[in-house]
Amino acid sequence: MIQLALYFGFFAVSVALLLNLWRLAVGPKLMNRILAVDTMVINAIALIVLFGIQYRTTMYFESALLLAMFGFISTVAYCRFVLRGDIIE
Amino acid sequence: MSLALIVMLPFLGALLPGLMMRSGRNACAITTGSVTFLAFSLLLTHAPAVLRGEVIQVSWQWLPALGLNVSFFLDGLGLLFAGLILGIGLLIITYSRFYLSKADSMGAFYTYLLLFQGAMVGIVLSDNILLLLVFWELTSLSSFLLIGFWRHLPEGRQGARMALAVTGGGGLFLIAGMLLLGHAAGSYELSVILERRELIQASPLYLPALLLILGGCFAKSAQFPFHFWLPHAMAAPTPVSAYLHSATMVKAGIFLMARLWPVLAGTEAWTWLVASAGLVTMILGAWIALFKDDLKGLLAYSTVSHLGLVTLLLGLGSPMAAVAAVFHIINHATFKAALFLIAGIVDHEVGTRDVKRLGGLLMLMPITATLGMVAAASMAGMPFLNGFLSKEMMLEQAWHHGWLAPGGWLTPLLATLGAVFSVAYSFRFIVHVFFGPQRDDYPAKPHDPPAGLWLPPALLVALVVLIGLFPETFAGDLVRTASAAAMGAVAPEFHLSIWHGVTPALGMSVVAVAVGLLLLWRYPGVRGLWARGPHPEAKVMFDGVIAALVRFSRALVLNLHNGSLQRYLAILVGAAVALGFAAYLGADGAARAPGGRETLAAGPVVVVAWLLLMVSTLMTVIMHRDRFVALILIGVVGVIVSIGFVYLSAPDLALTQIAVEVGTVILILLALYFLPKVTPVESGLGRCVRDGALAVLGGVGVGVLSWAVMTRDFSSISTYYLEHAKPLGGGANVVNVILVDFRGFDTFGEIIVLGIAALAIFALLEGALHGRLAPRLRNWTPDYAHAADRHPMMMVVATRVMLPLALMVGVYIFLRGHNMPGGGFIAGLVVAIALIMQYMASGFGWAEKRMPVDYHAMIGGGVLVAAATGIGAMVLDYPFLTSAFDYFSLPIVGKFELTSAMPFDIGVFLTVVGAVMLALAQLSKMGQRLNQHAVNTQPMDYNPSADRQADATREN
Repeated sequence: MIQLALYFGFFAVSVALLLNLWRLAVGPKLMNRILAVDTMVINAIALIVLFGIQYRTTMYFESALLLAMFGFISTVAYCRFVLRGDIIE
Repeated sequence: MSLALIVMLPFLGALLPGLMMRSGRNACAITTGSVTFLAFSLLLTHAPAVLRGEVIQVSWQWLPALGLNVSFFLDGLGLLFAGLILGIGLLIITYSRFYLSKADSMGAFYTYLLLFQGAMVGIVLSDNILLLLVFWELTSLSSFLLIGFWRHLPEGRQGARMALAVTGGGGLFLIAGMLLLGHAAGSYELSVILERRELIQASPLYLPALLLILGGCFAKSAQFPFHFWLPHAMAAPTPVSAYLHSATMVKAGIFLMARLWPVLAGTEAWTWLVASAGLVTMILGAWIALFKDDLKGLLAYSTVSHLGLVTLLLGLGSPMAAVAAVFHIINHATFKAALFLIAGIVDHEVGTRDVKRLGGLLMLMPITATLGMVAAASMAGMPFLNGFLSKEMMLEQAWHHGWLAPGGWLTPLLATLGAVFSVAYSFRFIVHVFFGPQRDDYPAKPHDPPAGLWLPPALLVALVVLIGLFPETFAGDLVRTASAAAMGAVAPEFHLSIWHGVTPALGMSVVAVAVGLLLLWRYPGVRGLWARGPHPEAKVMFDGVIAALVRFSRALVLNLHNGSLQRYLAILVGAAVALGFAAYLGADGAARAPGGRETLAAGPVVVVAWLLLMVSTLMTVIMHRDRFVALILIGVVGVIVSIGFVYLSAPDLALTQIAVEVGTVILILLALYFLPKVTPVESGLGRCVRDGALAVLGGVGVGVLSWAVMTRDFSSISTYYLEHAKPLGGGANVVNVILVDFRGFDTFGEIIVLGIAALAIFALLEGALHGRLAPRLRNWTPDYAHAADRHPMMMVVATRVMLPLALMVGVYIFLRGHNMPGGGFIAGLVVAIALIMQYMASGFGWAEKRMPVDYHAMIGGGVLVAAATGIGAMVLDYPFLTSAFDYFSLPIVGKFELTSAMPFDIGVFLTVVGAVMLALAQLSKMGQRLNQHAVNTQPMDYNPSADRQADATREN
């Protein structure tokens, strides 16, 4: 059962990643691209957690944790750059 | 032990003059003198044993693998030279106290002098030739400081540069020669080398070693054709000239020739090279000295000539000649040091040392004149003075040696010619300075100097007379032991005495004096003759050679290294591609075919990730001109690479990659603020094609290489680490154990590099903040409009909540690092990012006030903590950075492990946090400065010509 859920999970996340890629490539605005990357990071977290479940290990959890904690900082930095130019004022 | 102390004392003492200078000039001079006096006394305590024929040795291992040991030995030759260096050094220190004016920095002077003294004593006492080379280089450097002491004088600077170029260049020859010699002898210890004469002379390396060593010695001892630097070094203060050019620096080459005499001398090559260089130098130096109007110039060329004499004697290769050489070294040191000091007195009290403006000083400065005349008479080789004795011995040896011409008449003739000139210039010194009518146009009113100035030369002149009258009593034993040491055998029977009976040498002497005086009597005529001849100016030639070298290296460097990064990369990648493809095409078929290892299956998720990677990379290439978009795309690449690390079971790398990605994005964004947002089109079609081709070739090459490696089974070092990480390093996380234990030394180096990089960023940006570029930065305006929201509340709140969580994660990752993925480096990045979040949310000023941390100190502290861990192991007698671990248990906590790698990891952690924060803080400070307009003091905001002016001043 869990294997089926995993397959579905991998499938859904992969499709999401491809759609992110599409948005990243097409744009058209800067904001679209930034959000595409942000979403891609979220999908990456999902992917890593799915890996962990599949291989029955907690070893990868910290990677997901760090991505979750800091992934948004890049996004914030990109946005601050667009809005204010200087990211640390 | 005390031998090493004799060498070390001047070096240790060199720290004192600068401090003692605050207590006045007398305190400074007395301190310096005491240091030298102490070393001299220590030396004298060994003198009785050495004079009995003992050799005192002391040795420590330094780098035994290289054959480099700290070993000293003291025999007769060492005693003679060390005695001269320290003894005359003492007189020079006394004299300098009264010679230097108040405007001169006496502390610096004495420091240089002691450094030089220590280096010289090191040369003459070293047993290990590698150690000797170290001291040899030190004399070149410290003499550069001494000769250029009056740095406001262009002659001083140029003379010092020339001396450094010539003696330092000679030093390079010497290094090569000594290495060859050590190789041929199979040891770098002089005491061993000196016993392997047959082995060395039979070796094919003998001739190259001889040529190189002589190159070094000739350059140092100002032998033809390297003689030209010495007169230019006369721009130094007179005590320096007296010290360097009578007893020490220039005698270093002579010393080495004497020291290596037992192994190198006695062959035809040695005699031809050394004796002819000596003979030519002797005659040429004496001839030029006759026409020098500058007193110190005259003495300088006379020194060149006398060094030539000693070289000639060493070159002849017979035992008695070596005895004469040793004896003349003593005699020359005494009378020449005295003469230099007297020239200094004349200069000091009369205000000029131009012979043409002097004369008639006998009655005005009676003491100085008496001393000067006695010393100069000894230089001329007049009877009852020490110069006479050694010159007689030289003429005697020249007479006996049929070298050069079959009949044996040429050497004696040339030797006599040298003596003739020597008599002439010595008497010119006496007659043209002290005799003649008194003048009324001296620049200053001449009078005898204070005792502090005339006592040192008086002491030397006393020695000149005493050795001249009672040679056996005052110098016999020293000459005997020193020459025995120089020959490496028992010295021949000889008795130093004034009267040897009517010998050919006496006849040659009489002729020399007669003709010399005749030359002086007819001086204007002789000078006219000289004036008509050619006068090759060595300085012009030297400058020409240097200028040509500069032009050549500049052309080479500027063409290869023209500042275009594209060109460097093209050369680098091109070379790698060429080498790689050459190796590939040169290999045989089996090596070229892909290996037979099974490849892993690529699942659909992997294909998706690969697609993401490929597309985002391609898009980066296509859209790279829009720098911000390119940065976003690179962010995607970073995410995929992190996932790749996770997928391929490298969690440590994944963690690092994630943290580094964030830090990099922030850093680049901070910098991008000040940079153009669009990369301009600069490359033409040709260059695009070239670079594209190179890039594709390079990529294909790396791809093929990776394919070839990954499809093969190979054994790697990783098995070793996997097996030994736990038992040896006490950690289950192999990556971390490698970082902090197995390769701890590498990590130590890397954190230092990281710290330096952060400091370099700080320093570079400091120039933009405060330097000449600052006005440009102040007037810079952002290139697009800004939203009004400076510090949005949502972000502030979110980061505040995140801070403790993130710090907790940092601590957690740090603590588990030894056994699970993590460690100091990742933890450092995590904490740094957690702190940066606060900067971003609430601004620099706010955050800085709440985190008053000195990041410079943090970097330094980190490196120090790591170093202390390593040194801790050394204290316990283990090699640097040996780690230890053990298990302890506490109530509640239970069993836990403590390792010495932990504090090391703390050092890594601190350095990483400090480095990242320092770079970010400095970059964000630039943004802060933007809108603060200060009162203008500069004519224009940014003056590009100021750069050129600054460069020009620096080059001069």
